[in-house]
Amino acid sequence: MIDLQINGEIKHVDAPDRMPLLWVLRDLLGLTGTKFGCGIAQCGACTVHLNGNAVRSCVLPIGSIGTRAITTIEGVRATPSGASVQQAWLAAEVVQCGYCQSGQIMSASALLTTTPHPTDAEIDAAMAGNICRCGTYVRIRAAIKSAAQLAAMRGTDGDRTDNV
Amino acid sequence: MSERKTPSRTNRTQISRRDFLKVGAAAGGGLFLEFAVPSAGGAKTGVSAGHEFSPNAFIRIDRKGAVTLIMPQVEMGQGIYTSIAMILAEELDVRLETVTLEAAPPNDALYRNPVLGFQVTGGSTSIRAFWMPLRRAGASARAMLVEAAAQDWKVEPAVCSTAAGAVIHATSGRRLPYGSLVDRAAQLKPPANPTLKTLADFRLVGTAARRLDTPEKVTGKALFGIDALPPGVKFATLIASPVLGGRVIRVDDATARAMPGVRQIVVLDDLVAVVADHTWAAKQGLDSLNITWDDGPNANVTTEEILEQLKAASLRTGVVAKSVGDVATALNVANRVEVTYQVPFLAHAPMEPMNCTVHVKPDGCEIWVGNQVLTRTQAIAAEITGLPKDKVIVHNHLIGGGFGRRLEVDGIAKSVRIAQKVDGPVKVTWTREEDIQKALYRPFYFDRFEVALTGAKITAWKHRVVGSSILARWAPPAFVNGVDRDAVEGAVNLPYDVPNFHVEYVRQEPPGIQTQFWRGVGPTHNVFVTESLVDELAHRAGKDPVSFRRDQLGRAPRLLACLDLVASKAGWGQVLPRRVGRGVAIQDVFGTNLATVTEVEVDEQGEVYVKRVVCAVDCGIVVNPDTVVAQIEGGMIFGLTAALHSEITLAKGRIQQSNFNNYRMMRINEAPKIEVHLIRSVEAPGGIGEPGTAAAAPALANALFAATGVRLRKLPVDRKALAAGKSA
Repeated sequence: MIDLQINGEIKHVDAPDRMPLLWVLRDLLGLTGTKFGCGIAQCGACTVHLNGNAVRSCVLPIGSIGTRAITTIEGVRATPSGASVQQAWLAAEVVQCGYCQSGQIMSASALLTTTPHPTDAEIDAAMAGNICRCGTYVRIRAAIKSAAQLAAMRGTDGDRTDNV
Repeated sequence: MSERKTPSRTNRTQISRRDFLKVGAAAGGGLFLEFAVPSAGGAKTGVSAGHEFSPNAFIRIDRKGAVTLIMPQVEMGQGIYTSIAMILAEELDVRLETVTLEAAPPNDALYRNPVLGFQVTGGSTSIRAFWMPLRRAGASARAMLVEAAAQDWKVEPAVCSTAAGAVIHATSGRRLPYGSLVDRAAQLKPPANPTLKTLADFRLVGTAARRLDTPEKVTGKALFGIDALPPGVKFATLIASPVLGGRVIRVDDATARAMPGVRQIVVLDDLVAVVADHTWAAKQGLDSLNITWDDGPNANVTTEEILEQLKAASLRTGVVAKSVGDVATALNVANRVEVTYQVPFLAHAPMEPMNCTVHVKPDGCEIWVGNQVLTRTQAIAAEITGLPKDKVIVHNHLIGGGFGRRLEVDGIAKSVRIAQKVDGPVKVTWTREEDIQKALYRPFYFDRFEVALTGAKITAWKHRVVGSSILARWAPPAFVNGVDRDAVEGAVNLPYDVPNFHVEYVRQEPPGIQTQFWRGVGPTHNVFVTESLVDELAHRAGKDPVSFRRDQLGRAPRLLACLDLVASKAGWGQVLPRRVGRGVAIQDVFGTNLATVTEVEVDEQGEVYVKRVVCAVDCGIVVNPDTVVAQIEGGMIFGLTAALHSEITLAKGRIQQSNFNNYRMMRINEAPKIEVHLIRSVEAPGGIGEPGTAAAAPALANALFAATGVRLRKLPVDRKALAAGKSA
């Protein structure tokens, strides 16, 4: 048994150390918001946070995680920038098919946590690992910028009550 | 692990009997209008067992006033759930925010696409096909509710109005919500010709209403086919023969059988699957197998061989698709051009890899999948299992990218065959490698042109399209007299005034690879080859590419307006730096007029930077302008991705690309700014899912010529040629 801290809860998982986190989340825990896209860390659909950093869960063996905190799309709303990103995503109508968007939102919220006001170049660098076949890139750029503003406003007000 | 509902805004309950609102007319122009079958009919209204008012197959209202709208088309990102709901809600007069959406079950009689002839989502037809039928469905239900209220009040229906889910009698100030009228309305006959709103009355259609499917897509709650987890489900992955038509000879599975979590090895004639407690164990098991294949007759197929066959076929006379004037005589002039173009095989690579969850029982079969052809899904499962169709239950899911790939049922067939060997439900998930390598592909087309210029006018145009026929396999009734109308779509309807015009089609099926629709279908190929050649002719005539086109659009005023608008918005004619260029392309396909200007920069090594794309679009009446813009943006990225990066090739009968490391996708750092300008129109709605994709490659290629002087007559973009090119 391995204990994993996922979205603030400890989960006991009966799985081999080498098993990638993606399949533990999806097949064993039923957390299907994290998506399978390529299996080789090329597309970013499986992105989750490990202690707030964006990582590709399809190549992350659970035995390497230890006590670090895992956040998935199901829990991102509780992170410093997660709710702002989700709200900005809806306001900009970023989403089309939506399959890659869990990963996009995880990458974007990790970016805003370390870089509250990213430039276009910083957005490109942080988001280039996330493929979107529907081609929502133009709106992702815009939504990250408006999420940055939303997060800044929230920071000022201390207001974290928001509707996604 | 608990069973969960399919997308929670949609209800999986089978609709046992829904009454069908007779479809009057197929809307708009369309690719396949000629083979649309007569509409099924038989109207019967009433209250169903659940005490609901269900005046037709698309609307249910219960006694509490809850409105459920049934979606005849599948949602794969194109925003159709919202657009369909907007049309119904507009005529029904209910607030969009209050409706519940439900995916239609497989039923061709109730949910056939009037343009395509059966229950299918594709070809940018959804709004064209359902615009009028859904308006009538909404207006009919509204008329019955008004009639019910008028009876209650003992007034004439004409003095009643509706708003936000209630009937109102203005003079007396009385108001009855729809829910209170359900029982009475259910006793009424639907009107034969319900009065539709006028365009001026629209309050919802034409607004940028919020999408209904997206809130759950930003929280991870939305359920795609790959997310289905029926109780007791096992997880499988598969490998099919690496060569099309190959067979399994022998499988050494000793290692796999000993692996923890591996439950079963399924060996079929043409594929092997490993069933396990989770997908990772299945994949580990599959990788450990030692499979001996008989590659069969396609063992040595190469792309080069296929291209040679297409070239040879292009020298044959084809079947005439369209002929006007006397092209042979008109070609007999001095300024005559002969060129060939070619476009490669392409994979769809939707972000959601192919998958299907199936439970085969002795007396029934249950399927969880996202698919564009639900009735075909049901039919193939019935055929394989020998069950009657009504014993095959299909739970349709949101689709994580279709692009045409899910117009086929090859993956469902494989999954059902695997599931027949498994006790209990099994989810079969394709690896990305399997998804890219064991698929059906956009055809490789080869085009031969002979054209003549007289002054700055095209006076003769002979175009021979050579390639495989998708329609002959996918919709045989549509393959008439040897012409694949999809393969020549965008070629036969060239918008220019050409007095002598001749288009032929030569069917040439490649060995070792199957072909299918890919976003943009025929026009994605034809708009590239024709608009590239028109650009060549403009330069040959010494004319500006925009004015060369303007002068020959006498029959196409809507397209001319798009061209003028895009030229103005893009700043066409400005002096540009060295190795920066702009290209223009125009098209009237899918019932939508679109003009595009793309700006590129090419460095000395031939690397391409797409800086800006400007589009002007007239797609007739717009249901949701933000969705139109989003589809043009996304379609453009999809087309640019293919033009810049994509090519499926074969060697030794095997597809050589396998995953996103060698089948590259455009990423955010490469994505240009895209500006979309809509032209207001009262014409019938056009399709919008695919025009952007068709526009991408020709505008790009023409821009690359402007930047470098290098004309690209094949895709994807050849960077070596651009590096060697002279600067403009």
